Amino acid sequence: MPPHIDTESAPVPESTPAAAREVMISFDDVSKRWGDNEVLRSLNFDVKSGEKVSIIGPSGSGKTTILRILMTLETPDTGLVTVNGETLWDVKPGSRPKETKQMRATRRHVGMVFQQFNLFPHMTALENVLEAPTRVLKLDKEEARQRSVELLEMVGLSKHLDHKPPKLSGGQQQRVAIARALAMRPKVLLFDEPTSALDPELIGEVLNVIRELAVSTDMTMLMVTHEMRFAEEISDRVVMFDHGSVVEQGPPGEIFKAPKEDRTKSFLHAVLSH
Amino acid sequence: MSDVITYAPLLLQGLLITVLVTVLGAILTVVTAFTAGLARLSQHWWLRWPAGVFVEVFRGTSLLVQMFWFFFALPFFGFQLAPLTAAVLALGFNEGAYGAEIVRGTISSRAAGQSEACVALGMGRALRMRRVLIPQSIPAMLPPFCNVMVDLLKNTSLVSLVTVADLTFRGQMVRSTTGQTTAVFLTILVLYFVLSSLISLLMKWLERRFALDRRPKSRRDQPGPLVKAGMPV
Amino acid sequence: MIWDSEFALSILPDLLQGLWVTVQITLAGTVIAMILGLVVAVIRFSRLPVVSQLFNFYVQFVRGTPLLIQAYCAFFILPNYGLSFSPMATGIVVIGINYSAYTAEVYRSGIHDVPPGQWEAAKALNLPIGATWTRIILPQAVRSVIPLLGNYLIQMFKDSAVLSAITVFELLAHAQAIGSNNFRYLEPLTIAGLLFLLVSYPASQMVRRLERRLAPAH
Ligand SMILES: Nc1ncnc2c1ncn2[C@@H]1O[C@H](COP(=O)(O)OP(=O)(O)OP(=O)(O)O)[C@@H](O)[C@H]1O
Ligand SMILES: [Mg+2]
Repeated sequence: MPPHIDTESAPVPESTPAAAREVMISFDDVSKRWGDNEVLRSLNFDVKSGEKVSIIGPSGSGKTTILRILMTLETPDTGLVTVNGETLWDVKPGSRPKETKQMRATRRHVGMVFQQFNLFPHMTALENVLEAPTRVLKLDKEEARQRSVELLEMVGLSKHLDHKPPKLSGGQQQRVAIARALAMRPKVLLFDEPTSALDPELIGEVLNVIRELAVSTDMTMLMVTHEMRFAEEISDRVVMFDHGSVVEQGPPGEIFKAPKEDRTKSFLHAVLSH
Repeated sequence: MSDVITYAPLLLQGLLITVLVTVLGAILTVVTAFTAGLARLSQHWWLRWPAGVFVEVFRGTSLLVQMFWFFFALPFFGFQLAPLTAAVLALGFNEGAYGAEIVRGTISSRAAGQSEACVALGMGRALRMRRVLIPQSIPAMLPPFCNVMVDLLKNTSLVSLVTVADLTFRGQMVRSTTGQTTAVFLTILVLYFVLSSLISLLMKWLERRFALDRRPKSRRDQPGPLVKAGMPV
Repeated sequence: MIWDSEFALSILPDLLQGLWVTVQITLAGTVIAMILGLVVAVIRFSRLPVVSQLFNFYVQFVRGTPLLIQAYCAFFILPNYGLSFSPMATGIVVIGINYSAYTAEVYRSGIHDVPPGQWEAAKALNLPIGATWTRIILPQAVRSVIPLLGNYLIQMFKDSAVLSAITVFELLAHAQAIGSNNFRYLEPLTIAGLLFLLVSYPASQMVRRLERRLAPAH
């Protein structure tokens, strides 16, 4: 069932061209290493408000790490990260940053959809979605409930409100997870390979939901994916990543049809020849 | 405090009795555990059943009730046991019953695959048990047996209640003569803690030895669930 | 005839009263052990520098010393400092504290088994740390260790006999009193043992069944 997003709960994109909009996410000289393994090498990277960006690149190149730093699940070694103009990380070399009030406030703008869904197994689909709005945003119970039901309807799960995750298929679980992330009204939504833990026949239903979000909302979306065709279709910009830095980036047509860098060419060749 | 030091030799005597009871109890525990544990794995019902009843009775009732029973009730059958004997019997049988479940659980958890290999080699039940299953299971038994031995040590304090003059018994004596309640009890509390830590260290050392003697263990050599579904009770 | 059935029957009501006291001690002790153990487990898990180590030692020490001596300490020492309670109250608190060291370990293993993704999802939703524990982590952790907790509950039931040494008038103390008053120990002690068995055996069978039922979850 194709998801339907009612335009009242999600604003339609403004007609401002992406280039003219303000910066939503910025990485400024961010580095991260695990022992000898340099995962991010003084990364500089911006995402504009409302922009849909796909990150592609070989395994181990640091794609997940970028998202996890944005979600504060990982700590950068050095560098400045801002979201919505507010500081998320400001780490001087050699210091061990702690979680601050500022960080928690900034993190509110960010939501994340995980590769392994990470739904709460002891709660029903509805409770999963309802949890954060009632506990964190302290929304009125009835209002939050209504909105959660709407979100689950939007991802095509109105029949499964009271089912617990173990009873749902992988595709259904991931759609609940998307609804759960949306319930916090994030300005930025991160997707880490949202379909790679799914059986092939279930990928489509999740991609449909993400596509719908991409075309009908103004959310900033940053997605790591191996679904090249999908990335080409929905992205404003594709970023090719390798060895902890940006190899090349540009509009999907450019990157997929006429890549400049050899590394991009060989990566695309390897991925697309399957 | 100085009063307590005057009585230190008395406490030391008690400590020696505690160690003695622990050692005797440990021997009986191991013997009981293997006898009852292997009997519960037997193919003969007349071994399995009595062993099952023994284990459930000794695990299902209080150790102190058992100790009192051996000391106060057994004389009605014409057996008057010395306090030390009654105490060691109760301790060994009680902890042995817990040990029996460890023996049974660890052996039966690896029995399935290994037994088939043994059958394929034409090994009989007894040979299979003696040469393959028991030796393989020993390393996995050691950590749970460590808990049993620490429990045993702690439970030796109960022998004071059937008049065995162990550390607890002497402690009570010194307390009532000196009135130095706090000093005496904190002293013996620490002594028991030292003893149980020593037992843990000893068991850890045994674990390492057995791990070195045999080939490196795979992840799956962890102790299995103590009770397996469908096992004969 | 060694066994005197008439005598046995006549003392049964008295022993059943003792059993009821034992059950009460166990239930009250369980409440303390479950709550205190949970608090200790969470504190140990949060890795606060000194505090965590302090509670590690607490668990080690309580597990490394006999219940009887702990009971003596509470019973004989505390009144010297102006803290006197009834034997029953003392006994309940001592056995509750004693078992909290065990339940703390049980909870710890349960918390440890909750997948890291659950912590991450809670953080991604900006759930505060308190709600993360109470709403997400603990419900999952506790559920998986309920059978283990059940086993400790049964163990506590049997261990509570030790409290007769500090004059708590529970099942074993009743049996002893009957024995010394009548100079017959066989019947009261045997019946006391059977009563312990009568409760603990079916209870442990129930825990086993629960274990099998909860096993496939997660
Ligand atoms: N907790 C960790 N400890 C040690 N190394 C880590 C840890 N997390 C990630 N790494 C390493 O950092 C590198 C980058 O990891 P990352 O998960 O960001 O890669 P990725 O681009 O998302 O790869 P994939 O496509 O496989 O998901 C990898 O080499 C990985 O082994
Ligand atoms: Mg990744």
